[in-house]
Amino acid sequence: MKTQPSFTNKWLDRMRENAITRREAVQRAMLGAAGLWLGDHLGLSAFAAPQAPKARARSVIQIWMWGGPAHLDTWDPKPDAGYDYYGAFKTPIATNVDGLRVNELMPLLAKQADKYAVIHSMTHGVNAHETASYLVQTARQQGGRDVYPSAGAVVSLFKGYSGGYRGLLPPYIVLTEPQGRFSEAGFLGSRFKPFSTGGDPGAQRFAVEGIVASGISDKRQQDRRNFLHQLNTLKHAAPNDPQMLAADQTEKQAYDLILGDAGKVFDLSTEKNELRDRYGRNTFGQSCLVARKLVERGVPYVTINYKSGTWDTHKQNFQTMRRRLPEMDKGVATLLQDLADRGLLDSTIVWWCGEFGRTPKVQWEAPWNGGRGHWGNVFSAMVAGGGFKGGRVVGASDAKGEEVKDRPVHPADLIGTMYELLGIDCKARLPHPTGELATVVPTSSDDVKLGGRLTEIV
Amino acid sequence: MMNILLAVGVVFAVALGEAASPTARPTSVRTALATVPKPSPFETQADLTPRCPIDQLVFAKFKQFGIQPANLSSDATFLRRAYLDVIGTLPTPREAREFLNNKGPDKRGALIERLLTRDEFADYWANKWSDLLRVKAEFPINLWPRAAQAYHQWIWASIKSAKPYDRFVRELLTANGSNFRDPAVNFYRAMQNKDPQSIAQAVALTFMGTRSDKWPKETLAGMAAFFSQIGYKETSEWKEEIVFFDPDRIAAKNTNVVFQAAPVFPDGTAAKLSADHDPREVFADWLTKPTNPWFTRAIANRVWFWLLGRGIIHEPDDIRADNPTTNPELLEYLCQELINAHYDLKQLFRVILNSKTYQLSFIAKDARPEADAFFSHYLIRRLDAEVLADALNQVTGMPEHYTSAIPEPFTFIPEKQRSISLPDGSIGSPFLELFGRPPRDTGLESERNNRPTADQRLHLLNSSHVQKKIEESPKIQYIIRNAKRSGDAVTWLYLLILSRHPTPEEWQAVTAHSKAGVKDHEVAVDLAWALINSAEFLYRH
Repeated sequence: MKTQPSFTNKWLDRMRENAITRREAVQRAMLGAAGLWLGDHLGLSAFAAPQAPKARARSVIQIWMWGGPAHLDTWDPKPDAGYDYYGAFKTPIATNVDGLRVNELMPLLAKQADKYAVIHSMTHGVNAHETASYLVQTARQQGGRDVYPSAGAVVSLFKGYSGGYRGLLPPYIVLTEPQGRFSEAGFLGSRFKPFSTGGDPGAQRFAVEGIVASGISDKRQQDRRNFLHQLNTLKHAAPNDPQMLAADQTEKQAYDLILGDAGKVFDLSTEKNELRDRYGRNTFGQSCLVARKLVERGVPYVTINYKSGTWDTHKQNFQTMRRRLPEMDKGVATLLQDLADRGLLDSTIVWWCGEFGRTPKVQWEAPWNGGRGHWGNVFSAMVAGGGFKGGRVVGASDAKGEEVKDRPVHPADLIGTMYELLGIDCKARLPHPTGELATVVPTSSDDVKLGGRLTEIV
Repeated sequence: MMNILLAVGVVFAVALGEAASPTARPTSVRTALATVPKPSPFETQADLTPRCPIDQLVFAKFKQFGIQPANLSSDATFLRRAYLDVIGTLPTPREAREFLNNKGPDKRGALIERLLTRDEFADYWANKWSDLLRVKAEFPINLWPRAAQAYHQWIWASIKSAKPYDRFVRELLTANGSNFRDPAVNFYRAMQNKDPQSIAQAVALTFMGTRSDKWPKETLAGMAAFFSQIGYKETSEWKEEIVFFDPDRIAAKNTNVVFQAAPVFPDGTAAKLSADHDPREVFADWLTKPTNPWFTRAIANRVWFWLLGRGIIHEPDDIRADNPTTNPELLEYLCQELINAHYDLKQLFRVILNSKTYQLSFIAKDARPEADAFFSHYLIRRLDAEVLADALNQVTGMPEHYTSAIPEPFTFIPEKQRSISLPDGSIGSPFLELFGRPPRDTGLESERNNRPTADQRLHLLNSSHVQKKIEESPKIQYIIRNAKRSGDAVTWLYLLILSRHPTPEEWQAVTAHSKAGVKDHEVAVDLAWALINSAEFLYRH
């Protein structure tokens, strides 16, 4: 090769400043051996906040009640509002906390009430699934050009590989399917999307997509891997191409999960049968168990996307609740107890919420036949652990559960409180693709309603 | 069976040429093996004399900066590259064999012409435009399925009929009518905010390749004024919306003062408007003039970016004074070429694809990162999510299951449909999500994320989704059943999956793998699996 004159144009300097250069890409690839998704996150640590509050929580388990369960039929029963409101559930049961009653089909959760706080006054006023899902999980109103990241993506940005996490398991995992209705990663881009497990934890064997393959022995995996390396002719022709280096890294880390120990976390047969029974031998119950195992390994954010059967009870609300509530009760109550027994509850936030509540007044007429519609004016959420105080009730809905009576809590208030417990500075900037100012949680200047952080329960 | 005739297979594959060396003749197999110690299936040693003005302009920069360009790509590499870049589709084994065996003088040029007329050309580029125009039924764009599909069909037909680009843009900007029956009006619906300023920002991003949020406020307000008289109204038909020029809209006294600005073009010239004249027409006149400083450059640079993987101005939708143009003469030439062709984008494709610059190998000889910006070699890029899904399905003959969050009749998609021709961003599959298909929120090119992640690797290496495609593939089964000689199966799998013949080294590796007491069926499945997981399958190169 001839001697090369140096590039001196002034724009080239700028290019060097702006672009990820080949050298840098190589360096990133070399550094990346520590963790599975690490390579992508280097360089973002600049966004970690200098004034971050002290972290009390390490992980979040988000129980996403897809469809929006009725607040009146779960945490906020209204036995005095009349039959047209309470419908089939007239007799709420007492909990182990004075003044808090819950649906009669939640007896196990009733015994755990000292561990959690119930918010009776969640509100955003939106009645469309996707917009409300977006709002509850991003704390942002829809509109403008940007789509913001969900809490899981934000937590994996700050608490994932650029926040000190070094596990092989991805920092943001969803059991078992992504929500799909909005891009969970928003403008942070697809590398902040959750790792979706696929498979069914309630099945004989939890076949996590990509990690646990059926019918392929470890030896054949290893043979195949060698075979692939021999046949990877293009890679051998351009071994130093940044794309090839990145591919090498992702492949190595994928095999660490396939053949190494980290993937064994999904093997539920190592858990005691008695405990598995207590969680409930169904997809949701066993998902709760997997979630516990994941946070035990330090995974910062786990979402259980509770879709099965759907909480979107437009029709025959009460029949659905009779079928579903016992399963939910068992799974969540056991999760709280199990986390507490293992000393994990102090460092793990459990967040139970749907995108909205449901119409307090029952729609008895056909075609609903005792259904409940969407209701964003007021609904309930439950939070536990990670610094949240148990045995508390925040706010109140009115006598019929139609409006907020006391202490409105907006999605940004709840998410902001969670972030602070996780040690994330709510005023920190998110890395925006075009460099626009985007803070972790909206401030009062962002045209978002705020009721204030949940200082009463932390 | 596979073991017996592998030795024959080696000779056979080499005899077919290409893999061993593009200059090897079938009659001199032994010589070819002896004289070419390390045959590369990817490049040739052909001379690098500039073939066209593009080459002259690009090679001049090589000279100026002492950049050593890559060799020219081999026929097999060019074939695969051209198919993927131009129609987002893999060549079939027959197409590959025919091209590789063709001894015609300008077979590359002839292939380019054929590709430009294929229906998949319209499929692939309609998909690209649907990203930029945010064709999506649901959140956060909310076009609604029927409107999204009408819009996609309009885009597809525009590309298929080679509608000149300036007319395409004018029709979008000046559209009036129903979202179902006059699909171009969906341009004004496919944005999260429909206030004049947001519309102006979308227009600037899409057709001027520039991010107007970096402009002075007054400039944006002046441009927004052209979009301040757009009316929207519902009809009695479910989800129909009429978009129309509404001259009374200003009289309605929009409370936001910013939108009360006088119409001024982004170059600072004030516009004169009469009260009954749709200002969008005036803006479209200004924008699509060949002398407009943004319009032609933005699209010429975009087309270059699409084909070469890097803009002459990069990123292609971030054109501004302080973002460098690496080769201004080249961009100027492309603009002239487009103007001379009356904005027929295919002509731009043609001149770029036929250049030696485009046909350089991906194997860089100059390791300096700056050399990339001068196009010293072809940039390796992972296949787009949709293209990868289609490629997997094409080589295995397996279907894909698509779903939409809106269970409307319009959103049920047959399993045989290809991902590049999905008409609506709300219709998809977990695979497309995982591999970074753009969410179509903003229309930025960077929304498409092709950076490899470990979960993508896991999926390709080991998921039931991909395993099933390989294990149950009717095509691979057919090859296993019908390969009379075992060498055939190997050759066929290579042609099917990588569009080329195996090299001697690859023959050796397959032989070694099949000797280890593995059943023929398993060898074939393992080979298919390995080729699908090889960089050569997963990356444009």
